[in-house]
Amino acid sequence: MKISETNYAIELKGITKTFGKVIANENVNLGIKYGEILALLGENGSGKTTLMNILSGIYYADEGSICIDGTEVSITNPNEAINLGIGMIYQHFKLVEIFSAMDNIVLGTRGRYVKNSALREEILEMSNKFGLEIVPDKKVYNMSVSEKQTIEIMKVLYRGAKILILDEPTSVLTPQETEKLFVILRRMKEQGNAIIIITHKLHEVLAISDRVAILRKGQVVDTVNTRDTNEKELTELMVGRPISLEINRPETINRKTVLKVVDLSVINEDGTKGLNNINFNLKSGEILGVAGVAGSGQRELCETIAGLMEAKAGAILYNKENIIGKTPDEIINLGISMSFVPEDRLGMGLVGSMDMVDNMLLKSYKKNKGFIIDKKPSKELAEELVDKLSIITPGIETPVRMLSGGNVQKVLLGREIESEPNVLITAYPVRGLDINSSYIIYDLLNEQKKKNVAILFIGEDLDVLLELSDRIMVLCHGEVMGLVDAKNTSKEEIGLMMAGKKMEGVDSDE
Amino acid sequence: MNSKSHVPFIRTVKISERSGKDTIKIRIAAFVLALTAGGLFILFLGYNPLELYGTIISGAFRSKMAFQATIRFMIPLLMSSLGVALAFKMRFWNIGAEGQIIVGAVCASYFALFHDNWPHFLLLIVMFAAGAIGGGLWGLIPAYFKSKYDTNETLFTLMLNYIALHIITYLRDGPWKDPGSSGFPKIARFTSNAQLDKVLGVHFGWIIALILLVLVFIYLKYTKHGYEISVVGESKSTAKYAGMNVKKIILRTMVISGGICGITGMIQAAGSDMTLASSVAGGVGFTAIIVSWLAYLNPFGILLVSFLFSVLEKGSSVMQSTYGLSTYFASVLQGIILFFILGCEFFIRYKFVLTKKGGK
Repeated sequence: MKISETNYAIELKGITKTFGKVIANENVNLGIKYGEILALLGENGSGKTTLMNILSGIYYADEGSICIDGTEVSITNPNEAINLGIGMIYQHFKLVEIFSAMDNIVLGTRGRYVKNSALREEILEMSNKFGLEIVPDKKVYNMSVSEKQTIEIMKVLYRGAKILILDEPTSVLTPQETEKLFVILRRMKEQGNAIIIITHKLHEVLAISDRVAILRKGQVVDTVNTRDTNEKELTELMVGRPISLEINRPETINRKTVLKVVDLSVINEDGTKGLNNINFNLKSGEILGVAGVAGSGQRELCETIAGLMEAKAGAILYNKENIIGKTPDEIINLGISMSFVPEDRLGMGLVGSMDMVDNMLLKSYKKNKGFIIDKKPSKELAEELVDKLSIITPGIETPVRMLSGGNVQKVLLGREIESEPNVLITAYPVRGLDINSSYIIYDLLNEQKKKNVAILFIGEDLDVLLELSDRIMVLCHGEVMGLVDAKNTSKEEIGLMMAGKKMEGVDSDE
Repeated sequence: MNSKSHVPFIRTVKISERSGKDTIKIRIAAFVLALTAGGLFILFLGYNPLELYGTIISGAFRSKMAFQATIRFMIPLLMSSLGVALAFKMRFWNIGAEGQIIVGAVCASYFALFHDNWPHFLLLIVMFAAGAIGGGLWGLIPAYFKSKYDTNETLFTLMLNYIALHIITYLRDGPWKDPGSSGFPKIARFTSNAQLDKVLGVHFGWIIALILLVLVFIYLKYTKHGYEISVVGESKSTAKYAGMNVKKIILRTMVISGGICGITGMIQAAGSDMTLASSVAGGVGFTAIIVSWLAYLNPFGILLVSFLFSVLEKGSSVMQSTYGLSTYFASVLQGIILFFILGCEFFIRYKFVLTKKGGK
């Protein structure tokens, strides 16, 4: 392979892409060399994913050109991207669960049939070269999240990718797994691959990348060498102005247990254990953080408290009254609010095709009397939220699915908070939000905490959990691994619990 | 620009929003194209397209009688489309309108045949109620099994159509057989006491249809029930999360949907057929599915579309008799028009873009 030192592996010139009136990318110029890790940093909605989708052939740019190894190319579909040596590793894995690692890796490749034994050999050899741990015959459904990710990486390497794009690869990993991934990435870099990693986590950018390209509103605002920069500067570039990165943790007094979960077990529809013998207390005026890798029982916990899932055993006591067996309607009326922001962000809290006004109605329409719906209060509420949370929308009559993810979440959480709950359960409220909006959400939660609302905060970002919560409960495979004081714990300790190590509970009861 | 690299000539681009004006323009263009394509088909058969189209239009409007016949076609279509639209709004695939119409007609016919000595308006009101209840129950059955056992409502409602159809055959050949028909299996003609009165030359079903139209519009748009239907249709889990009783909503909506179809059956039997014939629904329940989707489940859209369908229906029957064409000719023409109308939806959401020159 002849690659001169100065040549870019891939170079984007003047890329512009619009969706209707929305400009996703505007005149983007970007280059990356072989043997380099470039971090693409930007808030949500800044155009990172669009740009990478253009590279991987999912979208086609309106204007501009892409050069690979100095030759201009046109990438019209994902197959062409692969043939040009570009491999994309998505945030959400695209694997066939019932197939083995090996089958998934070769799936869809063209070429003649290779005997299994030879293939196994080949895969093992490749994985050794890059330091990937792969068991070729293991079925995907038996794998942990990080193993699945390894398969995804292997998939693109097997297809001969020299340029790897990873979209938010660490969002599903524990800190320890993240470290392992970084070791692999560094190894690949040494082997001469070009790697683009998309992320919005600053400390990861600093830990892994050589250069950082910062996107803001679809434009590359700057490209800096990682060793010459720091978190503060990157944040400023990303957001466009200096902001403080500290999260408040106001102290409240007179905390009383509001919600007591006793020996709660839940069985999922497919017969697996969703929650296994869970015990914890939630107090008024506190934020109880819940940590855990995705799928550790967070969803089951939320849905059981909200009355959407049946409990198999145990009790949930709300002010000494067992709420298990009550309908969602009755639970809402008790003042227990649940908002779960799933991966697609719309999920069950909002109706995508409806406008803000109709979405405001969702939990309150029963309160107005009579047969006909009175939309006036919802309209006022919608206008108020747009104002208060600076929601960007063409109007309150625009369907919410047209809004950007961050704005959708503001609508959801705003509505929940406006219903003045006593218990606020919120899962991933800042998922996919830009920094500024995230801080608005944290402030909203703290404001509720000061009003003595009991808050169960299910989060992804450990740094945030550590700063915002009063106590942290760690879930793994539907079990509580430990409940610790957020002030006296560390990321490493939480990470170990997330991976399944049990700690003695430090739950300061009553 | 490097000419060696392969650049797609045309590609599709998603449009986030098209203005209402553009949408209408596209629809009109599709309609014109549909007529052109249909015209080519006519030409291919050796007729003059303009002449045939002219016959269709004049056939539907040429006289007061013709227009009244067009309206008679429209009444059941409009009503049953409104009925299925309610279910479709909830994403409940009720393709059983046909059966619900039949059962409604059967229940109403019982009173028309065996209680025709009752006072005229009392009898009509009872028949009306019987039709609504019969159709409503026929709609409730699949809804019950859907909410209880999550059965497939598409198959369920479809199969109920055949059961309903054979109930008529059974009644015709057995218990309700007209003794005066000298062995020929048919059900007796309703006495005039059990027939709908005429208003402006057409049985007053058209007034009921228009009242239903307004009611359904208000129901869907301004009531709590209507709101619940939209939420359930969008996502059942959202509805549950908001504390809605999804099962109850499904049952209730299907009773109403089936009930409206049942009323259609009563109107058809007492207003148009004057008896209970096995052709009482005559495929209207299926056409209603197309009508309500073409109208985007909007009640006033349904009014327009069902009118156009009736014009086509009546006009082509005149065309058939004038030119001695096959009955299926009109169906082919309808198919061609539908193809274009549905196809134009693509252009409302996407557009083609020619690749721009230049790399800057």
